[in-house]
Amino acid sequence: MRFALSGEQEQFSHSLNDLLSDVDTDSANRAWAEGDPGPGLKIWRRLAELGVTALAVPEKYDGLGATPVDLAVGFERLGYHCAPGPWTDTVAALPSLLDDELLTSVASGETLASVAYAPHVPYALDSDVADARLAVENGRLRAFTPGALLSSVDGSRRLFPPVAGDDLGTALDADRAFELGCLATAAQLLGAGRWLLDTSVAYAAQRKQYGREIGGYQAVKHLLADVATALTLAEPLLFGAAVTLDRRDVSAAKVACGDAAHLAARTGLQVHGAIGYTAEHALGLRLTRVRALVGAWGTPRFHRERVLS
Amino acid sequence: MNLDLDERTLAFRDEARSWLAANVPAEPLKSFDTAEGFAQHREWESRLADARWSVVSWPREFGGRDASLLEWVLFEEEYYAAGAPLRVNQNGIFMLAPTLFSHGTEEQQARILPKMARSAEVWAQAWSEPEAGSDIAALRSTATRCDGGWRVSGQKTWSSRATFADRAFGLFRSDPESLRHKGLTYLMVDLRAAGVTVRPIPQLDGEPGFAEIFFDDVFVPDEDVIGTPGEGWRVAMTTANNERGLSLRSPGRFLAAADRLVSLWQEAGRPAHTADRVADAWIGARAYQLYTLGTVTRLAGGAELGPESSVNKLFWSHLDVALHETALDILGPDAELRGAWSDGWLFSLAGPIYGGTDQIQRSIVAERLLGLPKGAR
Ligand SMILES: Cc1cc2nc3c(=O)[nH]c(=O)nc-3n(C[C@H](O)[C@H](O)[C@H](O)COP(=O)(O)OP(=O)(O)OC[C@H]3O[C@@H](n4cnc5c(N)ncnc54)[C@H](O)[C@@H]3O)c2cc1C
Repeated sequence: MRFALSGEQEQFSHSLNDLLSDVDTDSANRAWAEGDPGPGLKIWRRLAELGVTALAVPEKYDGLGATPVDLAVGFERLGYHCAPGPWTDTVAALPSLLDDELLTSVASGETLASVAYAPHVPYALDSDVADARLAVENGRLRAFTPGALLSSVDGSRRLFPPVAGDDLGTALDADRAFELGCLATAAQLLGAGRWLLDTSVAYAAQRKQYGREIGGYQAVKHLLADVATALTLAEPLLFGAAVTLDRRDVSAAKVACGDAAHLAARTGLQVHGAIGYTAEHALGLRLTRVRALVGAWGTPRFHRERVLS
Repeated sequence: MNLDLDERTLAFRDEARSWLAANVPAEPLKSFDTAEGFAQHREWESRLADARWSVVSWPREFGGRDASLLEWVLFEEEYYAAGAPLRVNQNGIFMLAPTLFSHGTEEQQARILPKMARSAEVWAQAWSEPEAGSDIAALRSTATRCDGGWRVSGQKTWSSRATFADRAFGLFRSDPESLRHKGLTYLMVDLRAAGVTVRPIPQLDGEPGFAEIFFDDVFVPDEDVIGTPGEGWRVAMTTANNERGLSLRSPGRFLAAADRLVSLWQEAGRPAHTADRVADAWIGARAYQLYTLGTVTRLAGGAELGPESSVNKLFWSHLDVALHETALDILGPDAELRGAWSDGWLFSLAGPIYGGTDQIQRSIVAERLLGLPKGAR
């Protein structure tokens, strides 16, 4: 038993972090929301060079054949920096759905996928930029065409109702694709929660009212301590689920990461005050992303039911 | 990253499981806050000790099994899953013993630990005073140098199990000029010594779960000082991290309780109004178990327990209350009847208070873990 990340995994997380701190994900999100995926796709390609898109692709298709733990490490950082694009669909879910040459171009970062997964992912993400569009239903795959764009509470999530087309046969492993989609979503939630906490702590340490830093007031401290506690205890559930891929563990991780991130978002907004409520501030990007991801890939109700079943 | 157990660890767990299955009393013991229950618990502890299950992580020479931290965690899971009794000597085993292992002399270890291992001597923790609760450094009880030892005077309070315990450990002000954390000495005191008066205090359930202790010029020999006189605060910090962190509240207790809660809910016909909270209790217990396995890995790699103990404390104290309140809601009108769930609920309510209140823990997390500015204390 060794329940800790390996040196390589830590290193991977750091490299991803360095890259994502360098590129401007905030304005890429804003452009993405306006229908200009250019800056976001640039980031996609840079991340592909780092191997992110190849993570779950088998080696025979030039992938890394990485473990779900590696995926969780990667998605946590993607969530931290709020990277725009169909990452869950393409990188976490798709490689378990197909055994196909297409995966070679997924690994290299050329192909983006948009996946609908009935009934938990009813609207497919970013179908307008995706080259591969797949709907999963009862273990079968269908190609789909996107219906009219729906607006999400998170403007940078472009959602499309799938209009099912050709039947493409049985999915390779639809269940695994689902568990990995849930896991990747949980990881992004944890990452987003951590960004919200870090940013709120930094703000509280510097913003002054009544002649002192607001972070010196116990009421503010205690709010943030509760966020830290929730995130700290959600993390082992995420990695425990990545190790076992047991449905109960995956659902526990999805619920706990979602709750912790939601608490981080609500608390973060409160600590920031009105500045956090403005469209200019990056806090809102995370706050709306968190709310969207809480319901994506299985609602909390669905996942709690799985925990009890 | 893996959760696999090696052969040796699996064998250890299986041995514990079968011993407990054969030996855990079929009838629950009476509360150790009653004279009769206390005697029953001493007997249970000596049975545990005979089979070397009372202090598994201690060295063999003191009655342990030299078990690794991981084995200890697994043992605790088995222990509570088997429905075994709470540990009457937990203050001694989980708080004083780690302190003695870090700061005690060989003579002290040899004299005290074997008796502790079989609960031939049960220990009380004598920290709190009427004017020193959260602010423990405000304590006033004194220890004055005398021939061959110290003369102790003053009053301690809220001392768990002191009503029936044999001895107590605590901090005393040994330098009358000193302030706050300085000039304190860590002493072990015989509760039967001349000048000691123990006054039981009934708790919410009516039983004398804790007590006040009055010291009137009580003699404590030099051999019962732990560490350097005047340096008691530093010694005591080992105990505090242990109390909040790993040892006092192993995840086994919460996992066992969460599993019982899920069964209770299923037997009650899966009432929808409590479903989310039952799920959250199980999720919380699983989170705490996995978090502990992460801590075990870090400690095995040479790390030390720090302020993250406060995160632990905040998490389990909240989890324990929520879990029991959910059970009571499932029980409906029967919840008010005395029984395992209502007793467990009363006990859980103390969690956010003892071992440093949750407010104090939040301040520690915010200042020492998050680095927020220090505030008034
Ligand atoms: C069941 C039980 C068993 C116990 N067993 C033992 C034992 O064996 N040995 C022992 O020595 N003690 C024991 N205690 C005592 C326990 O450690 C103290 O109750 C605890 O430290 C709090 O002190 P207090 O009760 O004096 O409350 P106070 O310190 O007076 O606190 C009252 C309230 O004020 C808040 N508060 C105080 N200071 C601050 C601050 N700076 N910031 C924010 N909020 C603050 C507290 O959080 C609390 O809500 C036990 C207590 C209980 C309930």
